[in-house]
Amino acid sequence: MEKTWRNDAYAKVTGQALYTNDLAFPDMLHAVPVYADYVHAIIDQIHIQDAEDLDGVVKVITSQDIPGSNRHGQIEKDYRIFADDKIRYWGDVVALVVARDRKTAIEAAELVKVEATPLPSIHDPEAALKPDAILIHEEHGSNIINTHRIRRGDIEKGFDASDIIIEHKFQTQFVEHAYLEPEAALAVPRADGVIEIHGSMQHPFSTRRFTAALLGMRLSDVEVVGTPMGGGFGGKDDTAAVVCARTALAAKLLGKPVKVNYDREWSIRESYKRHPYRVTYKMGLSSDGLIKAVRCEIIADGGAYCSTTPWVTWRSTVQCCGPYQVDHVHCDTVGVYTNNVFTGAMRGFGSPQMNFVVEQMVELAAEKVGMSAVELRRKNMVQQGSATITGQVLDNHTVSMGEVLNAVIEDIDYDEKLKQCSFGKPEGDELYGIGLAMSYRGMSLGAEGADFCAAIINAQFDGSILLEVGIHENGQGAESAFILALAAELGVNRERIRYRQSSTSSIPDSGTTVASRGTLMGTGAVVRAADEFKKKMSQVVAPSLKCNPEEVHFKDDRLHGGQSDHSISFDRAIRVMYLNRKFPFAFGEFQGPSVTWDEKQGRGKPYFTWVYGCQAIELTVNKQTGRVKLLNAIAAHDVGRVVNPGMLNGQIYGGIAMGSGYALSEEVQLDAGKITNLNLNNYRILRSTDVPEMKAIVIENRDPNSPFGAKGIGEPTNEIMAPAIANAVYRATGKRFFNLPIKIDAQNGS
Amino acid sequence: MGADKKMIIQINRNDIAIPERSTGMNLLTFLREELRLTGVKIGCGKGFCGSCTILVDHKPAKACQKTVVDIAGSSVLTIEGMANPDGTLHPLQQAFIDAGAIQCGYCTPGMVLTAHGYLMRNPNPTREQIKRAMAPNLCRCTGYQQIFEAIETAAEHYHL
Repeated sequence: MEKTWRNDAYAKVTGQALYTNDLAFPDMLHAVPVYADYVHAIIDQIHIQDAEDLDGVVKVITSQDIPGSNRHGQIEKDYRIFADDKIRYWGDVVALVVARDRKTAIEAAELVKVEATPLPSIHDPEAALKPDAILIHEEHGSNIINTHRIRRGDIEKGFDASDIIIEHKFQTQFVEHAYLEPEAALAVPRADGVIEIHGSMQHPFSTRRFTAALLGMRLSDVEVVGTPMGGGFGGKDDTAAVVCARTALAAKLLGKPVKVNYDREWSIRESYKRHPYRVTYKMGLSSDGLIKAVRCEIIADGGAYCSTTPWVTWRSTVQCCGPYQVDHVHCDTVGVYTNNVFTGAMRGFGSPQMNFVVEQMVELAAEKVGMSAVELRRKNMVQQGSATITGQVLDNHTVSMGEVLNAVIEDIDYDEKLKQCSFGKPEGDELYGIGLAMSYRGMSLGAEGADFCAAIINAQFDGSILLEVGIHENGQGAESAFILALAAELGVNRERIRYRQSSTSSIPDSGTTVASRGTLMGTGAVVRAADEFKKKMSQVVAPSLKCNPEEVHFKDDRLHGGQSDHSISFDRAIRVMYLNRKFPFAFGEFQGPSVTWDEKQGRGKPYFTWVYGCQAIELTVNKQTGRVKLLNAIAAHDVGRVVNPGMLNGQIYGGIAMGSGYALSEEVQLDAGKITNLNLNNYRILRSTDVPEMKAIVIENRDPNSPFGAKGIGEPTNEIMAPAIANAVYRATGKRFFNLPIKIDAQNGS
Repeated sequence: MGADKKMIIQINRNDIAIPERSTGMNLLTFLREELRLTGVKIGCGKGFCGSCTILVDHKPAKACQKTVVDIAGSSVLTIEGMANPDGTLHPLQQAFIDAGAIQCGYCTPGMVLTAHGYLMRNPNPTREQIKRAMAPNLCRCTGYQQIFEAIETAAEHYHL
């Protein structure tokens, strides 16, 4: 097996990598958030005097101290960085206590008293939709955050033409990202007037935007510096950015460096979660297994704030039929405000919920029709040139749905193992089952937002190269991927490339590092910059290589002439550049190809390209205890082009584990809006003893929409585990599970 | 212990005299803030995640669950003491890199030390034994598979 390489591996394996909480500055102050023990209440008064009087406390900051705007939100500015008028969920922050040391700050936080008038609270999204329901945001006029729809064909005609109709309701849970590093931020007021931020967040540019708005400063007055980050998974967007913004406010007000480091309990209490969904799904099929019609109603609990709910639920809507062609589709989606913890981006972003539904529905349908579920999938899945349910024709990349499905089925010997499934039969205590699920996924942001990315190549006189890309290193290995892509493009050894510590002040805003877009967009920008860079070098060195500039090629750390035998070392070529007063410097930008969306009909080309994946799992269910043991997992994904094999496998394995937790053990429990499992003992992510043996099958159909040919993998691996497990549990126990997490009763294996 | 006496702990092969005022400190806080050994990470603060794992007399221990006085007279290894003094990596560390067992890296110090402590006791582990040995340490990125592979690869270096 090829050895994995990462530019930051040495620092991380020796403990030298400095994460936000590892940094310290002279005269640094420490701050902690203050919560109020309410879930819905009008704030009457916040008493800070006792806290401020405590020895060692420097200041207690509330909404009164904000020079800029307190209102924040990526879509709707409905979130108060410091709660001012109301408490809307249990994680609202009313104040930030700043003290000389963290212990004192924690002590003082207990002394801040919030006087508030409790309001009736809503914790059920369907109750929130009732006309007489109390409003969470009065100015919004209703508890509906957003709606989406798809109207394709004629739904009644579709069901009329169906021989078999099935309908089921599904429900999913709140899920915590559980990044190992809780939120942290360190803000430093610099002598030049800039507030410098080191923080654990996956979106430096929006962190800068929110901070500048809160502080009433310009974007150029705030600099967010890349800092090693202990995981994000979509969860270090809104909350993490806000933690940075609050910290920056303290630093700005006090003129000193300020650090905030979250306890796990604060992190779970305040940070947003994956949306719980309630889905009613009706499917009509012909007697030979062709899906004729789908009617689908989706209710997403957005919790107290909008966050990215409209985008998350949009993806659910666009992908509501899974990778299947359906002529008649009627889908209504609604995102709803409640007084629960708010919900937003998490790896998968609205697809894990829908895949849990769709990939069980096709199996339920296959049973009714009397054909194998794999055959039914093959019959209905998208093919080269197919139209999706939104009318997008899949003809600009290789549609490899069948290829990934076949890869999994062959590798795990699926058909043979199907025969061994227990279906609850009473032979022994361990019931065996196998299951699979597949999906297609629109890449990157799609019609959610502007999709472009920048890269800068800056070669030095000695031939070393500095590279920077507007994508953030979340821990996934983005920097390493870009170094490897640039080394491939320039035909040079990766050792000569150093990734420059990223900064929002040195490269244009390239958007969020989310949506499995990092590798695709980042390598795209690298290729564009490399093209520009090579063009500049070729023009200078072509005469000495006795060829035209277009004929120069880059290989083995040398520049070679076209047909001629002439070549020049990369180092020497760089020196020649400088001696000719030409900078070996290039800026590259990659624009995502165009997308379209008609919100009224739910029609258009929502994503510029798609990825295809299939995963299967073997498991046993203990009849006495109901305990599930995961045995073997196999995943096949078309990634376009492999950039860093070890890290690619890591994304696949990590997605299998996280998706398995989603299926079996992870659930944020709320008691009237208050989270009762605030640490990792009772919020249960998978441990080493829980994971199956895993195998990754990588398929490479280079994507012409991606300049480097690579596509994303982070989310696809996580979004199909729950239905694969549900299907396997069914084949073990003979029972279908329509709710997540799957809870199997002891004794009867059901 | 007399007021003028100092407690001695060996940390990363150096004898460290602990000032009296620090003996009651939480060990994790002491290592991070007094000795600046920030490779000892904080993930949960309650002993559930293993991010703060160190070796005390060659056995894995969660620093967040101990006070300084608990380890009086002991020998402690943190991730900072794992590589050779010249900076070259211990084979287990190299195996973590080569296997792709590192993503965000936040669990890595604890993972390496738990594995190191285990391999010193059992240099011929089965996959199942490795899984059980690593159960105290959580990882959210890797799905553990490449961590198991790294430990298996490195095991031969622990053979006497």
